[in-house]
Amino acid sequence: MKIAIASGKGGTGKTTVAVNLASYLAETRPVVLVDLDVEEPNSGLFLGAEATDGRDTFKMIPAWESTTCSHCGQCQEVCNFHAIIALPDQVMIFPELCHSCYACSELCPTSSLPMQPVKMGRMSWLSAGNLSFVESRLDIGQEQAVPLIKQTLAFVDERHAAVPIRIYDCPPGTSCPVIEATREADFVVLVTEPTPFGLNDLKLAVETMRHLDKKFGVVVNRQGLGDDRVEAYCAAEGIPLLARIPNDRRIAESYARGQRIYEHFPVVRRQLAAIMDAIKEAAS
Amino acid sequence: MKIALTAQGPHWDSAMDPRFGRTPYILIYDEDTDELTAIDNRAVDNEAHGAGPLTARKLLDAAPQVLITGNGPGGNAAAVVATAEIAIYVGAGNMTAKEAYAAYKDGKLEKM
Ligand code: SF4
Ligand code: SF4
Repeated sequence: MKIAIASGKGGTGKTTVAVNLASYLAETRPVVLVDLDVEEPNSGLFLGAEATDGRDTFKMIPAWESTTCSHCGQCQEVCNFHAIIALPDQVMIFPELCHSCYACSELCPTSSLPMQPVKMGRMSWLSAGNLSFVESRLDIGQEQAVPLIKQTLAFVDERHAAVPIRIYDCPPGTSCPVIEATREADFVVLVTEPTPFGLNDLKLAVETMRHLDKKFGVVVNRQGLGDDRVEAYCAAEGIPLLARIPNDRRIAESYARGQRIYEHFPVVRRQLAAIMDAIKEAAS
Repeated sequence: MKIALTAQGPHWDSAMDPRFGRTPYILIYDEDTDELTAIDNRAVDNEAHGAGPLTARKLLDAAPQVLITGNGPGGNAAAVVATAEIAIYVGAGNMTAKEAYAAYKDGKLEKM
């Protein structure tokens, strides 16, 4: 089963839930935790483990050869993503718009657009007992989260094909990277805070998940911090509220020290169990 | 001289659009012939990404010497526009096209 942990914005405790859920499940079965928040991966930090094995990841981008180009303009016509613009005396390529489809390269009558690998980031992994961990990090200045997320998911599918449970720590927000990260998920857990901002971002995330036709539920983190409008919203919309993690300074401190909070707080352990029960029921 | 303006409609009375990449129209005013033409750019609305270079490409096809807009092209669009010699004037986002042109003529707009 593939479970994506997402949130409408950053800083809601998405990674806390992902790390703790993965570790908790790994007590009894093999689990792989995948950090897909490629712009700011930090699951590893809280897992208290550093992934040492890894490899660079690349994306294929056309490179323009000015000497052979006949300035016919066909490359611009064929690119569906407007990633290549043929100006009267030069061809400009926008790597962050390019989807590596090869169309321009194959169509160019003078073969002036050979595809070349461009490094976009690095993927690393480690395994400790039942728990395997994979993370990807975009290079600074690289904006293409989607292809890196795609490659990471393909890697996990291949390397951990036999692992029954996969937890995806998704990028925050509701744009293309989240859509890619949740694409294959059987269930999406939306983590939010019980505040007006939390509710606002939750609504956007819910819209996105409905649009994608995903099964999803909500976890309220720092329950008691704000008001009960998130709960009222979920009830009115018929969205399952999977769990509530209390707003407790000791929990926050424990987490900041890199501890797995469910090991110290039975209330959190019960909430994690509740999340899994709810997911199993919803996904079956 | 040919003057380009980013506008929300195809007329002189249309409001300017402060955005460059996602402007619905590019107005081209030819000062020599006193002719105003409108390039329909509304199709960029369907593009999730890449609106900037696309609009810049259309602008370059019209070959103006001056561009009057609101915020000025950014990122990829700026790179494309920079390949041509176009003087860019910004800060006309809250005017009509007519007012924006007058402000440009009066030297009231900031040059990028
Ligand atoms: S298709 Fe090839 S030859 Fe034609 S403009 Fe593009 S790069 Fe140049
Ligand atoms: S490879 Fe595809 S997406 Fe990239 S520039 Fe060429 S046609 Fe566009």
